[in-house]
Amino acid sequence: MTDLPTLTRPDSGEKTLETIRNQAAWMRRRSLQMVFDAKLGHPGGDLSATDILATLYFGVLRYDPTQPATPDRDRFIMSKGHCTGSLYCVLAAAGYYPKEELCTYMRPQSRLNGHPNRTYLPGVETNTGPLGHGLPVGTGIAIAGQISGVDYRTYVLVGDGESQEGSNWEAAMTAGHRKLQNLTVIVDRNRLQQGARTEETCGLDPLDAKWEAFGWHVEMVDGHDHAQLLEVLGRPVGTRQKPLCVIANTIKGKGVSFMEDVAKWHHGIPNAEEFETAMKELAQDG
Amino acid sequence: MAEQAPKDRPMFDCRNAFVETLETLAEADDRIVAVANDSIGSSKLGGFQKKFPDRLVNVGIAEQMLVGSSAGLANGGKIPFVSAASCFLTGRALEQIKADVAYSNANVKLVGQSSGVAYGELGATHHSIEDFAWLRPLTNVTIIVPADPWETAEAVRWAAAHEGPVYIRLSRMPVPALDIPDRQFRPGRAERVCEGGDLTIIACGTMVHLAVDAAAMLAQTGISARVLNHSSINPLDTEAIRDAAETGAIVTVEEASVRGGLGGAVAEFVATHTPVPMEIMGFPGFLPTGSVEWLFGHFNLTVDGIADSVRKVLARKAS
Repeated sequence: MTDLPTLTRPDSGEKTLETIRNQAAWMRRRSLQMVFDAKLGHPGGDLSATDILATLYFGVLRYDPTQPATPDRDRFIMSKGHCTGSLYCVLAAAGYYPKEELCTYMRPQSRLNGHPNRTYLPGVETNTGPLGHGLPVGTGIAIAGQISGVDYRTYVLVGDGESQEGSNWEAAMTAGHRKLQNLTVIVDRNRLQQGARTEETCGLDPLDAKWEAFGWHVEMVDGHDHAQLLEVLGRPVGTRQKPLCVIANTIKGKGVSFMEDVAKWHHGIPNAEEFETAMKELAQDG
Repeated sequence: MAEQAPKDRPMFDCRNAFVETLETLAEADDRIVAVANDSIGSSKLGGFQKKFPDRLVNVGIAEQMLVGSSAGLANGGKIPFVSAASCFLTGRALEQIKADVAYSNANVKLVGQSSGVAYGELGATHHSIEDFAWLRPLTNVTIIVPADPWETAEAVRWAAAHEGPVYIRLSRMPVPALDIPDRQFRPGRAERVCEGGDLTIIACGTMVHLAVDAAAMLAQTGISARVLNHSSINPLDTEAIRDAAETGAIVTVEEASVRGGLGGAVAEFVATHTPVPMEIMGFPGFLPTGSVEWLFGHFNLTVDGIADSVRKVLARKAS
């Protein structure tokens, strides 16, 4: 791999934090616009994941959008694959394709369909959509790195409702067993799933104890606090000798007052009036 | 009555050809890894594990993880050969095969072990007769059912060199080496094992040698049956099937469900391109308890059974 450029990770200084803040603010507005235009999408989850994605792509990950298949790139997998509004925004902002393409969201023949597809969209590592798929794939990527001795890292974002899928725990077991310290799972803990609160549907708490029991090092953060996210996600692997689980406490619909913590905005589409109100609120942020 | 399968004919367990070839390939290419679900013994991967301990990934009894992590290994630059009992590999992990491997076009090689009814008495949970029907609509997954050790080794070599998803369906049932001169393995190309013009028997896997013996028996009664080893369930050899239709009648025979397998694939093509009478031989659904031999006999997957189907289809051809 000597003929390939060496990728580097961003620094974690104040300027980086400002970039993350600005990108997140833009992503919120742009993804909601996409959902409003398409009359399709998952705005609640887009907004809860936005700060995590902005932090990863502008403060943590090592990648080169002009060479999306470079072997030593860090990998990110959006396991909650329905939140494409925020994912497509962050990939465009990161330079994988022009931002102008975002207006094709969900249109016939668009590369930006309802769930991400690696075979035609650069920056996507694996096709997700059915839940519980990202972590097994991410664990395989981490095992490949372990076998090859390549120091890329793998990050997987899972929804908290998604954590009910048993396949996650199959992967969690192997990752703990193999001490995959190059693997990080981030749980978007917004406490809502499609139909109701997670704890009313099939309770997850104590979620930290579950991951710890599977052999993971667990950190709890405010999933909208860029500094906290940056510190935990960007921390050198060091001698942890365990995979890392970051439980990011978030608010579904974050940034739009009437969407926050309301289940119906999982895939609710704002009407014109609601959209106008939402965009006014989001304009105040950055 | 012609002689049936000679008792002294050497028989082979194709798993040996699989692991010997895989080990040879792995010596030369460190991207090759084996992935198992506590299936090292049943896959005969003990030798591979000894030679390449770091490249044998055993995820435990967890098939969703088995297939999902293999897509990840491929993303990380490896060429994973996933070896597990077909029934669990294709049934339990079907959505992972669909989304992570096929739809994602991941460079994963799925190797189904003890396919068909190899687990005989263990019953329908352990039979894998639905796998063709489950995987055939995943059009970018090449499906190969080797009929003998040579073809097994060739399929493994080809799969390692091919960029894209492959399903190789193996059996633990002993089979003889096919007697075909100048063989060349190519997916999507059937081999003509016996020449004949009255009808064509299209078979795959463990059924091919039975079809050959049936053709020999039928020749004694003046029936000239062509036999194709159609190991490539996807892609189909449509040229060979078109030629088969020109013989005026077709019998398909497979160690799988009669719904959606080789017979179904041939019928789809024949019905829409060049309709001729067909008989589709295989299993009807969930099967009763019995040894492999008993199941084959009970469901007519025998030399005599194939000959009976041939006579039946010839009667329809004549009418």
